[in-house]
Amino acid sequence: MSKQVEDFDANLTGEEGQESPRSGWFKRIKKGILTGTHEKKEVPEGLWSKCPECGFICSSTELKENLFVCTKCSYHHRIGSEEYYQLLFDDNQFTLLFENIHSKDFLQFTDLKSYEKRLEDIWAKTDLKDSMRVAVGSINEQSVVIACMDFEFIGGSLGSVMGEKFSRAVDYCILNKLPYLVISKSGGARMMESAFSLMQLAKTSGKLSQLSDAKLPYISLLTNPTFGGISASFGMLGDLNIAEPGALIGFAGPRVIKETIKKDLPEGFQRSEFLLEHGFLDFIVSRKELKKKLTSVLRHFSN
Amino acid sequence: MPVNSKRQFLEFEKPIKDLIDTIEKYKYDSEKAKIDMSESIQRLEEELVEKRKEITQQLSSWQTVQLSRHPDRPYTLKYIEKMTTDFVELFGDRNVKDDKAMVGGFASIDGETVMIIGQQKGINTKTRQLRNFGMANPEGYRKALRLMKLAEKFNKPIITLIDTPGAYPGLEAEERGQGEAIARNIYEMIRLKVPVICVVIGEGASGGALGIGVGDRIFMMENTWYTVISPESCSSILWRSWDKKEIAADQLQLTANKMLGFGLIDGVIPEPSGGAHWNYDEAALNLKNYLKPIISELKTIASEERISQRIEKFGKMGFWSEEMSANEKNK
Repeated sequence: MSKQVEDFDANLTGEEGQESPRSGWFKRIKKGILTGTHEKKEVPEGLWSKCPECGFICSSTELKENLFVCTKCSYHHRIGSEEYYQLLFDDNQFTLLFENIHSKDFLQFTDLKSYEKRLEDIWAKTDLKDSMRVAVGSINEQSVVIACMDFEFIGGSLGSVMGEKFSRAVDYCILNKLPYLVISKSGGARMMESAFSLMQLAKTSGKLSQLSDAKLPYISLLTNPTFGGISASFGMLGDLNIAEPGALIGFAGPRVIKETIKKDLPEGFQRSEFLLEHGFLDFIVSRKELKKKLTSVLRHFSN
Repeated sequence: MPVNSKRQFLEFEKPIKDLIDTIEKYKYDSEKAKIDMSESIQRLEEELVEKRKEITQQLSSWQTVQLSRHPDRPYTLKYIEKMTTDFVELFGDRNVKDDKAMVGGFASIDGETVMIIGQQKGINTKTRQLRNFGMANPEGYRKALRLMKLAEKFNKPIITLIDTPGAYPGLEAEERGQGEAIARNIYEMIRLKVPVICVVIGEGASGGALGIGVGDRIFMMENTWYTVISPESCSSILWRSWDKKEIAADQLQLTANKMLGFGLIDGVIPEPSGGAHWNYDEAALNLKNYLKPIISELKTIASEERISQRIEKFGKMGFWSEEMSANEKNK
């Protein structure tokens, strides 16, 4: 069975993915958006959902109940910040921070579409302000700040807004003596912000050194996919670097590497298990075990 | 520096080539016919300098990228040779191997010892392969960090010379943690206790450049570029075609003057007329003269102060809005 290899770079254009060639069975019959934008989530659409890994079909409700993990093969479907907050924070209680910060088309960058238009389109479509949300709440009664990326917002790309939110979250942690968890899921830096996006790597790393001086724990959770600027900065700088099973994580994208070396990439290349084997992860944790494991870890840090 | 007959010319350098050909012809003729044509030759040579200046003054963004990749351009080891004495090259990351795409060592600038580190490109087919076209592997970044830590221990200022089309996107590079190596460098560089000055001398592509690019002061030579992605890759991703590199270069606003205008770098170092490849001595002298007072200035600042200024410097970079957009107000 040949699996469709996802091109992460394409997500960085901020366009919706290609129409999948699956049968009409899985497609929405009624046109138009019936749910309010506040209800819209980064989850598989339609009544039924097909696992991209094993092809298993189950109802969306069932998938949701199983934390968007395939009941047959344990494939971890991509989810957004809303779902992670729901999964991790006690009683789904949390306070969003720095939500008023949003992107600006300072460079007036235009490719096939202007950056400004891209931003407006996505703001109109979702409730997300940018590719990262920051929230404070409790994981089994231990207070923690969680910054989580949303892939549906221009491929979770790292731009000035993510850099600034990340930085303020660190300040917030230092002020309130809280641990910091960052859930990454990104194609890399946001090209429409040119060198400004590159400099976010240095900006965020500088803030992490302040967090480190304050002796506060920083946990980096890498989910599918985490590439480019994220892995070349705060993604790999955790006191603990952990990942979900099967997540693709790397510096260069698989397509670029394949084109460079002109060879097929080995099975499992750049998956979490590959990174663990090469010594770059502390452990891999399934979504079902995530809250439990984080609770233990946070307790060890604070004890 | 190549002699004129061995020089390579970019398309927009054609008028320069024509002038050089004419000069060579005059010289040949005057020698053969034993007539004194020195006056005409001198006039042409002055014209040549003017022409070189004229061409670099009106470069498009893409032409700047081309010039930064000029095969005759001086690379890191050339600058070290020309602006320092007593260079002691140091090799290896003490872990995997010695990465030939990243060079470095102690050197003396007018009597003062510094650590100089930079990416190195080759000057012919064989050395280009040896140097992996200036694309370092993780061990290159780790070698650089080892040398920086060494400099920190013995309180020597660090100068990095950036010239890379990017960190190498290879299979082994991923196995050995290319992302982690760059991340570690960025994180450690921002905390180094000694003065750190970074200069883009050619190509400044993305994380591969920033991996040795975090310092107290960042400069760019006049005909270089620095941004998040090469214009070719940007074109392929955003325009879904390799043919829009000129537009991508424009949109990325990647030239030294633009970067200075954005406040992302601290200065632009002038190159000899026509570009650094026309006069290595002058290019290196310009760089040396530019760096010397800055090294002295940075040395007067206490190291904790320098580190917090460094964190603040990068902390200010970025643009965002904190007002509600009209769109959101309507919701």
